[in-house]
Amino acid sequence: MKSLLSEAWLVASKDLRIEARSRVLTNQVAPFAVLVLVLFGFALDADQRTLRMFAPGLFWVAVLLCLLLAVQRSSAVESADDAATGLRMAGLAPAAVFLGKSAAILVQLLVLELLLTAGIIVFYGSSVKNLFLWLIAGLVTALAVAATGTLYGALASGLGVRETLLPILLLPVLAPVLIGATRAYDDALGAAAVDGWAWTGLLAMFAVVASTLGALAYGALVED
Amino acid sequence: MPVIQLCDVVALLGRFPALAGASLSVEAGETVLLQGPNGAGKTTLLRLCAGLVRPESGQAQVLGHDLSVDGRAVRRQVAMLGHATGLYEDLSVAENVSFWAQAAGLDKSLAAQRATGALARMGLDERLLSLPVSRLSAGQRRRASLAALAVRRPQLWLLDEPHAGLDQTGRNVVDELISDAVAAGATVLVASHELDRVRSLNPRVVTVAGGLVVKDTGGPK
Repeated sequence: MKSLLSEAWLVASKDLRIEARSRVLTNQVAPFAVLVLVLFGFALDADQRTLRMFAPGLFWVAVLLCLLLAVQRSSAVESADDAATGLRMAGLAPAAVFLGKSAAILVQLLVLELLLTAGIIVFYGSSVKNLFLWLIAGLVTALAVAATGTLYGALASGLGVRETLLPILLLPVLAPVLIGATRAYDDALGAAAVDGWAWTGLLAMFAVVASTLGALAYGALVED
Repeated sequence: MPVIQLCDVVALLGRFPALAGASLSVEAGETVLLQGPNGAGKTTLLRLCAGLVRPESGQAQVLGHDLSVDGRAVRRQVAMLGHATGLYEDLSVAENVSFWAQAAGLDKSLAAQRATGALARMGLDERLLSLPVSRLSAGQRRRASLAALAVRRPQLWLLDEPHAGLDQTGRNVVDELISDAVAAGATVLVASHELDRVRSLNPRVVTVAGGLVVKDTGGPK
């Protein structure tokens, strides 16, 4: 277990160091996330009352669009000069590689969620009514989508057409997460009277299942 | 016990039999030159020995492990240099080599120590070590890639065109690496079209064609 976690940490720290050096998150993904929020504002005619009402859903759609970029980037880093084969040759446990890559995407998503929260406060006039629910729901949703995204990134990468196929494979699977996360944030942002904690519980279950299945299935997906 | 023992091995690339019943036995400490035309199956033979390609049929054992069931167990003891370098462009040379050393199970301080030694041995200028790999020439990347493999001190080296893209100094460094590895008891398989270059290492010469071993000098010359 210790070896698995130390290998996962090695992979995660490597991916995060690469992102820090390449600045893809700060120079490309983050501006894209803000742009999506602004475009939603234009599409809804900049009506703040409507924007506040739909802010939770728009927030999570923006997160999922950013997830697609993060997953594609995570796969591209390994395939650029066939480092993926190096990972296989190093004898790292596939579960550790999965957990490491998921953790790196998770960290990036949490940063983006912070930015997007600031965005909906500034552009839509939203406010966080339940800080603890906002924090926990944001964390478990990011965990669920990071794990699912990493797994489907490996699947699409194995099929050799990841750029075009990934959204078609991944977004339908994440539709229940989008619904649950939107409901939880309806409550956290005071946009609708729902039980956000119940939805957060479901999201946590999804995160556990996705992480466990991913750790078990990743090896089969990256092997020839 | 042979380091590599292949008997009538068939391996597929998609539906194409890249190896069509290849047989080969290699003892520890041998240097083997794989020669043959493009598409003969040399690279697939190396990838099979690395545990990256599963045999479809036949018997395939490397370092005592059956490749049809236990390919992963072989990989940690094997270094495979393919056509790609396997380096991360945004990390520095030193970070890359250190990462691959840690990935092979070395602790951080030992990994850094071995990385420094391996990079010096590959003749990479100290000023290059902190540069991102994206700023290196193809030859420098090749040398950095070999350094990343050398830190693991593998029992079996599988080198696919190791001299490709290297200048004369780089080629000499590769030859020294192979000689040193064999002197340390490792086994080396080299697939190359630069026959004169590799023959200077006095290897056993195995000719591959149509996915079969068609000629074998049968031991060190």
